[in-house]
Amino acid sequence: MQTEVVTTNSEDAAPGNGLDRENYINAKHGIWSWLLTTDHKRIAILYLITITLMFFLGGAFAAGVRLELMTPKGDLVDSDAYNKLFTMHGIVMVFFFLIPSIPAVLGNFLIPIMIGAKDLAFPKINLLSWYIYMAGAAFFMVATLFGGVETGWTFYTPYSTAFSHTNVILAAVGIFISGFSSILTGLNFIVTIHKMRAPGLTWFRMPLFVWAHYATSLIQILGTPVVAVTILMVAVERLLKLGLFDPALGGDPILFQHLFWFYSHPAVYIMILPGMGVMSELITAFTRKRVFGYEFIAISSLAIAVVGFLVWGHHMFVSGQSTYAGMVFSALSFLVAIPSAVKVFNWSATLYKGSVSWESPMMYAIGFIGLFTIGGLTGLFLAAMGLDIHMHDTYFVVAHFHYIMVGGAIFAYLGGIHFWWPKITGRMYPEYWARVAAVLVFAGFNLTFFPQFVVGYLGMPRRYHAYPDEFQVLNVMSTAGASLLGIAYLIPMLYLTWSLFAGKKAPANPWGAKGLEWTIQSPPTTFNFEHQPVVTEEAYAYAEGHDTTHDPAAPPAQAHA
Amino acid sequence: MWSFPLFPDQASTLASKVDALYFFLIAISIFFSILIAVLVVGLAIKYRRRSDDEKPPAIHGSLLLELTWTLIPAGIVLVIFVWSAEVYFSAVRVPKNAIEVQAVGKRWMWKIQHMTGKREINELHVPVGVPVKVTLTSEDVIHSFFIPAFRVKKDAVPGRYNTMWFEATKTGKYHLFCAEYCGTKHSGMIGTVYVMEPDAYQAWLGGEQAGASLAGAGEKLFTDLACITCHRGDSGARGPDLAGLFGKPVKLASGETVTADETYLRESIVQPAAKIVEGYQPIMPTFQGLLSEEQLLQLVAYIQGMKAEVKDEAAAPAAGAAAPSTGAR
Repeated sequence: MQTEVVTTNSEDAAPGNGLDRENYINAKHGIWSWLLTTDHKRIAILYLITITLMFFLGGAFAAGVRLELMTPKGDLVDSDAYNKLFTMHGIVMVFFFLIPSIPAVLGNFLIPIMIGAKDLAFPKINLLSWYIYMAGAAFFMVATLFGGVETGWTFYTPYSTAFSHTNVILAAVGIFISGFSSILTGLNFIVTIHKMRAPGLTWFRMPLFVWAHYATSLIQILGTPVVAVTILMVAVERLLKLGLFDPALGGDPILFQHLFWFYSHPAVYIMILPGMGVMSELITAFTRKRVFGYEFIAISSLAIAVVGFLVWGHHMFVSGQSTYAGMVFSALSFLVAIPSAVKVFNWSATLYKGSVSWESPMMYAIGFIGLFTIGGLTGLFLAAMGLDIHMHDTYFVVAHFHYIMVGGAIFAYLGGIHFWWPKITGRMYPEYWARVAAVLVFAGFNLTFFPQFVVGYLGMPRRYHAYPDEFQVLNVMSTAGASLLGIAYLIPMLYLTWSLFAGKKAPANPWGAKGLEWTIQSPPTTFNFEHQPVVTEEAYAYAEGHDTTHDPAAPPAQAHA
Repeated sequence: MWSFPLFPDQASTLASKVDALYFFLIAISIFFSILIAVLVVGLAIKYRRRSDDEKPPAIHGSLLLELTWTLIPAGIVLVIFVWSAEVYFSAVRVPKNAIEVQAVGKRWMWKIQHMTGKREINELHVPVGVPVKVTLTSEDVIHSFFIPAFRVKKDAVPGRYNTMWFEATKTGKYHLFCAEYCGTKHSGMIGTVYVMEPDAYQAWLGGEQAGASLAGAGEKLFTDLACITCHRGDSGARGPDLAGLFGKPVKLASGETVTADETYLRESIVQPAAKIVEGYQPIMPTFQGLLSEEQLLQLVAYIQGMKAEVKDEAAAPAAGAAAPSTGAR
């Protein structure tokens, strides 16, 4: 580690900063060095750029929806345009933003480093999965340019197969293709976690972020093929008039719902489990404390992944599904609430006697706990069969899943991006603005979605272009909140971009956090570690050792000694 | 100023049951939200970092606490589960004395038929204090029949019959929504439920020439389509006897046994080959595309009634006034 020694003596004020040395960003130059890279960190950057574009595209669709709903009459756009807006908002956000978000960006960047490896097990497949994602996105963009699709992101049959006149097949093919990206990423993570852990890194010494991604990957490889086949069946029925789902052709429309939700409910856990992994890292780093109940948090991720596969029928309580099947699905849905509750309580208990610092990533983490709690509790309302009859397909459902998807997954994503930004880019962002943005996102989010619980119980159905007058006040509140939220999302875009050029240089470990990623320079070198690290202690061992991670001159291999 | 309700009308016997569970869950949610918020924010302030060299103790966890916050939520969700299943059963079990209404969803309207043969579109008139059973189907895509003030909702699925019921407790006008996305004018597929005093309802029902009753219309179809040729009561009949069939188990040639409910009857008309009754040949032609959903419902209503007449005749032979069914047997 001679380079380390050299730089600490140089004018570089940030110890462990690698911007002026060789790192994964400046190791090679030119566009092809990025487009043909097999470096997991560079691939993570490719994903970061593309999913950020997708996020703002999906956000633009949402803005259209919220503007239309300011007034009870459908007066801003016509009904078909409105139906396209909410459909494409859903498709973009679910399939092209949330599902890849944390795994493909943070997971890709961090999992090899966290387990002490040079790269993922299959670096070329990792690059391939980005290209597959891009191909899927390209099909979807073509569908958009040809006028979009208006089936709802759920593609319910026989509407999608026999009645919609929009680009169902193009959009479906886009989703079908992008599914393989998800499968390959999951496969890569599972093999990497099994085979490439550093000496001494036993399963129960792994960071909980890695555990969460392991559970997520299981869902990705077991669930995604089912939705891929289902979407393909929709395309086949639409093209060839083969009777699969359309009763006029002898098919069963409810079969589609079973197949679709068999994946799409677990897909919710694909979106939230990695967020839970981020949470465990944030909470421990900003309390400088071992996580409370490590094993329980780790195992609860697996429990959520397994039980999450058995709850899909709770989307079908009013479809005419058998009452007794409904009861089983209801009971299992309540069961899956328990491991989530266990995580929330364990994170809360971690704060006890901690050294809590309220830096911006921690603000997102605290926001996550609150919003995820509300999202989880309102899930109980919907798992309750007698209540779900009334709430099904109303705005109550919309509010509930946005508390999980935005309040949970996006809060974790933003918290994680801020937390690891210095590691990824070698630059610090302006903390003041990060705190302002975190507060605004929290306020804007609640103002957007809390009124939707109320208007949902009043009976306002989802996907309504026009609505009765008495729902207007709550909808105006929601639109006001969405405006605030939209602005709040732009602030991090601005200061994070600014920080790339003018941010303070980041040290190796700006937060004083534990974990192998904080023992190497920021940004890391192409192969992450100079020597094979050896792990001698459990994760989050803040009480042991003496600030070795603060020592910029300490060679990585000894950082954990 | 805008009207600004925060809570929907309670206008059915089910509404108060659903709302009681709702308020219980809100109480649970408020309790846990405040507990978590106080815990997290309180601890994060109490143990805020005062100097950079603080060294918090390593607390590994506590099995007792883990068991506590596993078992208490488990107990609570068990209570919610049992309670909600109880509410659900009261929402799906149709009382015997319910009057029947048929609703067919079609993009983008609700077509309603009353048993007297009276029809309406996007309006539903019902009496207060009387249970009403709604049989639902769709001509095209999936719709969902949703009356928020009654806390009831059920999907109208093409190719099958779903049923729901309610008993209105307050006269007035209430929203009827389509709750399952069905295309362009999904949000225009709305209507009004009029809950009337029984007298006013009877007056409304009889207030206009209603034509034949549903079963009567079904009977006419049964004759016109010559169903009667094969579905006779005698031993040489080429089709199974339909009198008294409704609600009974049917043994199929495949060895399965199914119940002769509305969906089975409908399927046997449009896809006769799907389920062949034991001892019969698959010779019946399909009526798919030849009958509208309303006509199918009329036929089903007629076949359903054939059972009642058998019973009536056994109990009081004088009831043979509705005679035509004797020919059907």
